[in-house]
Amino acid sequence: MQAYLGILALVGLAAVICAVMVTLSWVLGPKKVTPYKSSTYECGVAPVGDSRERFPIKFYLVAILFILFDIEVVFLWSWMTVFKHSSMEFMRTSFISFLIYMSTFILGYLYVIRVNAFDWDETTSLEPAKLGEAVQES
Amino acid sequence: MFNFPAPTIDWVIIAPTMIVSITGLLALCLEMIWPKRDNTWIIGVSLVGLIMAAVSVVAQFSYPEATTFSDTVIRDRFALVMQLLLIVAAFCSLLFSESYLRDKRISYGEFYPIILWSLVGGMVMVTTRNMLLMFLGIEILSIALYVLAGLSRSESKSEESALKYFLLGSFASGFLLYGVALLYGATGSLDISAIASAWPRADLMHQTLLVFGFGMVFVGLGFKSAFVPFHQWTPDVYQGAPTNVSAFMAAGSKIGALAALWRFLEGAEGMKAIWMPALTVVAILTMTAGNLAALVQKDAKRVLGYSSISHAGYILVGILAHFAAPDKVGFGSLAYYLLSYTLMTVGAFAVVSLGANKGKEGTKFEELRGLWRRSPFAVACLIVFVASLIGIPLTSGFAGKFMIFGDALKANLTVLAIALAINSILSVAYYLQMIKAMFVDDVEGDEVIEKRPVSLGMTTVCALCAGGIVAAFIFTPVVIEFLVGKS
Repeated sequence: MQAYLGILALVGLAAVICAVMVTLSWVLGPKKVTPYKSSTYECGVAPVGDSRERFPIKFYLVAILFILFDIEVVFLWSWMTVFKHSSMEFMRTSFISFLIYMSTFILGYLYVIRVNAFDWDETTSLEPAKLGEAVQES
Repeated sequence: MFNFPAPTIDWVIIAPTMIVSITGLLALCLEMIWPKRDNTWIIGVSLVGLIMAAVSVVAQFSYPEATTFSDTVIRDRFALVMQLLLIVAAFCSLLFSESYLRDKRISYGEFYPIILWSLVGGMVMVTTRNMLLMFLGIEILSIALYVLAGLSRSESKSEESALKYFLLGSFASGFLLYGVALLYGATGSLDISAIASAWPRADLMHQTLLVFGFGMVFVGLGFKSAFVPFHQWTPDVYQGAPTNVSAFMAAGSKIGALAALWRFLEGAEGMKAIWMPALTVVAILTMTAGNLAALVQKDAKRVLGYSSISHAGYILVGILAHFAAPDKVGFGSLAYYLLSYTLMTVGAFAVVSLGANKGKEGTKFEELRGLWRRSPFAVACLIVFVASLIGIPLTSGFAGKFMIFGDALKANLTVLAIALAINSILSVAYYLQMIKAMFVDDVEGDEVIEKRPVSLGMTTVCALCAGGIVAAFIFTPVVIEFLVGKS
């Protein structure tokens, strides 16, 4: 426990300094509210429209997919480091495991392409055929 | 030079999990190959896969206990039974899914693979004593459920449900992981059984770590099993999520979390003096709060949500009875109760899902009026489910509750036994309200009830669950012997 006392003191000191600085500037600072000052700051341009607007999240899909493959690379990296210095048996087992692991990734990737997740103009909606009888009725 | 040993793999032990995951992949491939066909083949493959998995579980009942993957995956009777219950829950939820999803206009083919993978998460959870693997299982189970809860994207209730479940669920996962980290810090091992050996030797500091770690883990698992005070999310999420997803959530994720809790309590038996009073209070609160809040609900799905909270309380009483007197009370009543809980909850959700029409949910009491005229058989089955949920004789709900009551008395947990009995009486009121809405209250004025055909899947699931409930009551000793084995 003794070893951590220094860290504790540092955390406490940091908290105190922060609190003092924030409180002092709040107490001593001049407060003049003008309409121009309280308007939204948007890179110096006058704000236009409502901020609660809907926007397409296509980039989000790309980002998610990037992260998935990014993590895969992280796994591959550590495995590769171990792989080349290991026993034959470990090499065989881990290689097969990784093949299985990566094939699920590739399957997922194929799926993403198949459902047109990357098509900028497509909207994904329910295929009418999925509703069965409902199609024949209309 | 590294010297990592290659783990020995016993494929038989992980066969059920593998079968379900591969079935999920197959179902996804089918969706990919024919995106413009209806889901008949996908459902067929999923159901066959689940039956195969169930067979591979039951076939292992006679096998000896074993471990594989460097002792992380275990096979014992408890794990097998919980896996079987999870598969039953998923099977019943899938059976009535298609017609409901079509009524809601959300019959995406992806639903089936995702729910199968969610099941995989649950199965991983119950077959391990390794805390990290358990966490992994919970995450696989939950992440799939977060997605499914928001499946009905055009409904704001469904979106709300998904977001709420996701935010609170990840918060609870954080608690669980924090607890696991503390337990690892105190024991130096990720195996739950290490807690048992570390406790007697621990000095004050390590004991504090163990108790805090266990407490954190309990918060995480208590969230998933909807114990009071971690239950707030349950009614909202069950109400907003598509009804078939709520059914699987109520049955599947609860079985997984309670089985994991059982394993943790097994490891923490040494510190029983500390957690027993706390968990007793939690059990009483869970039963009472769930029942009292259900009394004022106006929506059938919310009622079922609160009822699942109070049932979690009953089950916790059963679990506590085992740990108060381990040599007198086994896990037979727990397994039996979970089986009966699965059948009646999934069945009740299935009937309630009949309220959906033309892409809209209709589960408020006034929207369910006169449902029995539309689908007499399903609503007749609902009477069996509700009777079982209340605990009226001739249903497995009664037998299960009776056994837990007996267990609590055997283990000298008289307070819990009394609380359970009082709560069972309390619960009659709100279940009857649900029945009343469907039978007695008729539609007003010139509103015409259009008689819609009930799908084959719905009829099957109603017949299966209602038949199962009655059969499980008549053959109670047989069922328990099947689940727990001869002792």
